Amino acid sequence: MGAPFLLPAVVAVLGLLAVFGRSGVLNSALIALGLPPISIYGLQGVVLAHVFLNLPLATRMILQGWLAIPAERVRLAQSLGFGPSETFRHLESPMLREVLPGIALVILVICLTSFAVVITLGGGPGATTIELAIYQAVRFEFDLARAASLAALQLALGGLAALAIAGFGRPADFGAGLDRDLPLSAPPGWRRVGDAVALAAVTLFLVTPLCAVILRGLPGLADLPPSVLPSAGRSVFVALISAFLATAAALALAIASAWRTRLMIEAAATLPLATSGLVLGTGLFLLIQPLAPPMTLALPVTILVNVALSLPYLYRILLPETRALQADYGRLADSLSLTGWPRLRWLILPRLARPLGFGAGIAAALSMGDLGVIALFAGESQATLPLVVSQLRGAYQMEAAASAALILVTLSFALFWAFDAGGRRAAA
Amino acid sequence: MLQLDGLTYRQPDFCLTADWSADPGDRIAIMGPSGAGKSTLLSMIAGFLTPSSGTVRWMGTDLATVSPGERPMTILFQDQNLFPHLTVAQNLGLGLRPDLRLSPAERNRVEDALARVGLKDLGPRRPGQLSGGQASRAALARALIRARPILLLDEPFAALGPALRQEMLDLVREVADGTGALVLMVTHDPTDALALQGKTAFVADGLVNPPTRTDDLLAHPTPAVQAYLGRK
Repeated sequence: MGAPFLLPAVVAVLGLLAVFGRSGVLNSALIALGLPPISIYGLQGVVLAHVFLNLPLATRMILQGWLAIPAERVRLAQSLGFGPSETFRHLESPMLREVLPGIALVILVICLTSFAVVITLGGGPGATTIELAIYQAVRFEFDLARAASLAALQLALGGLAALAIAGFGRPADFGAGLDRDLPLSAPPGWRRVGDAVALAAVTLFLVTPLCAVILRGLPGLADLPPSVLPSAGRSVFVALISAFLATAAALALAIASAWRTRLMIEAAATLPLATSGLVLGTGLFLLIQPLAPPMTLALPVTILVNVALSLPYLYRILLPETRALQADYGRLADSLSLTGWPRLRWLILPRLARPLGFGAGIAAALSMGDLGVIALFAGESQATLPLVVSQLRGAYQMEAAASAALILVTLSFALFWAFDAGGRRAAA
Repeated sequence: MLQLDGLTYRQPDFCLTADWSADPGDRIAIMGPSGAGKSTLLSMIAGFLTPSSGTVRWMGTDLATVSPGERPMTILFQDQNLFPHLTVAQNLGLGLRPDLRLSPAERNRVEDALARVGLKDLGPRRPGQLSGGQASRAALARALIRARPILLLDEPFAALGPALRQEMLDLVREVADGTGALVLMVTHDPTDALALQGKTAFVADGLVNPPTRTDDLLAHPTPAVQAYLGRK
């Protein structure tokens, strides 16, 4: 279920078009039933695509919150005969109050800075965004001053969103547990039927576009253009380095912030959200141009931008658990002089293995699928896989594009899975 | 000698002062009603709370700038004394070397300590697999191998039954005898204070009274102690 978030936006749009597009599955069915077709272009399509892309992310992040409730607290609730409403009031709503504002902020700003979806599905000025306006200012009007003021506006909006939501998050304070297994059982009766219906509907919504991508891409796999494999290698290389650097940086910020909340750390970890690959890329391009040909630095710049852009997510994922770790075991570790490297090795890494693996997986997949900064920098020999996909599509090699997209998706999922499973195994 | 010189912790609605000293090898129960500040006193001595004024000295040295882990003491908390993701042996090993690069001799010391507290062969287990009493024993075993001159106990046995608690207090005395440590133990139970076979510092009305012999204190209680014990 974590899949669509990791789906590169360009590929996700491809899948959604196959289902909801003019000649997609849904409209074919509607026409067969004698009903008027719906259009995916415009505001409704942009919203649909963002729900599709972010619903799984929200689910995964909220699930982390559920997993952070110690089993002891759940057992206590069960022994007190808590029904669903009492469990919600005493266990779940405090957890959600801490977790939800951060998640809402992240998704709000993803949509604010979304680019690939809006340019494909926006369908004209009625559903345009600041991000798209920046792109137009840079690419078509070469009006860098206008692009800069639009970027400043974007940054201000993101900063406002961060400030607005910062006031809501408060620690749930569940105390520590002994890592016992969680004896959760499925609800009985009609609630179980309700759960099943909801899960089936969401699964259908999320899985159908993915299947469409696979069906389109499979036939051409045997006959790939020569540019695909080297670019896939470069993409994996970029993704692995980005994931390592972003996770390390986010952990450092989360530890510093858990120690004592400081506005500067919050700002450093949150502000990249309000910017975007294109904005950062343009800025770096202008900085590098006087010193060296930007093309020679395409991959390092891509890594740098990817790290900056995934840092806020990773920080949000790591912060609550780092705070809980500090609250539960900080004093014991201090009393044993467990500091520096031994503290990292024996306390922080093992206790945070699960969110670290999850976060590194997200960073790797995001980096793998990112198209933005690389388009500004790369020549033929530095193209990453998303760029090759878009180039193939631009050249109307649709089958090859779909196959390359399929490889891109597979690699993104494989990277995420490897990190996430590794983290969960290390935590077990 | 442990000196508490006008040690004070002040909050808008709370104040605690201690001004006395204790000798190496002393066993002192810190007794008083809940909320009186027993744990606050221990937190100041252990270095987790910065006093509003006053100093903690050990052998004449002011400990104000010494980090909790470098202070000449081991502290046992009410709970969370063991890291749940490490084995019992690793939890003990942290007491010798925080980086856990133990030499064979150090490994033997861990094994010996486990055997001395009756946990032979339980080294490879995780704390979640231990009973409450066994977990307390493991924490005491770590205090034993750290062998710091002061042992602070913040009601670590509060959740144990009377017999088990008695056993743990015997073990505390054994550990203290073995290391010659000064023991400061928070409790709200006069039975525990007696079982420690030493002195008691009674905490009430924002003051930690200087320790006096526990049997004297209980035989000739001041009105405040009388009120706490519920005796006529």
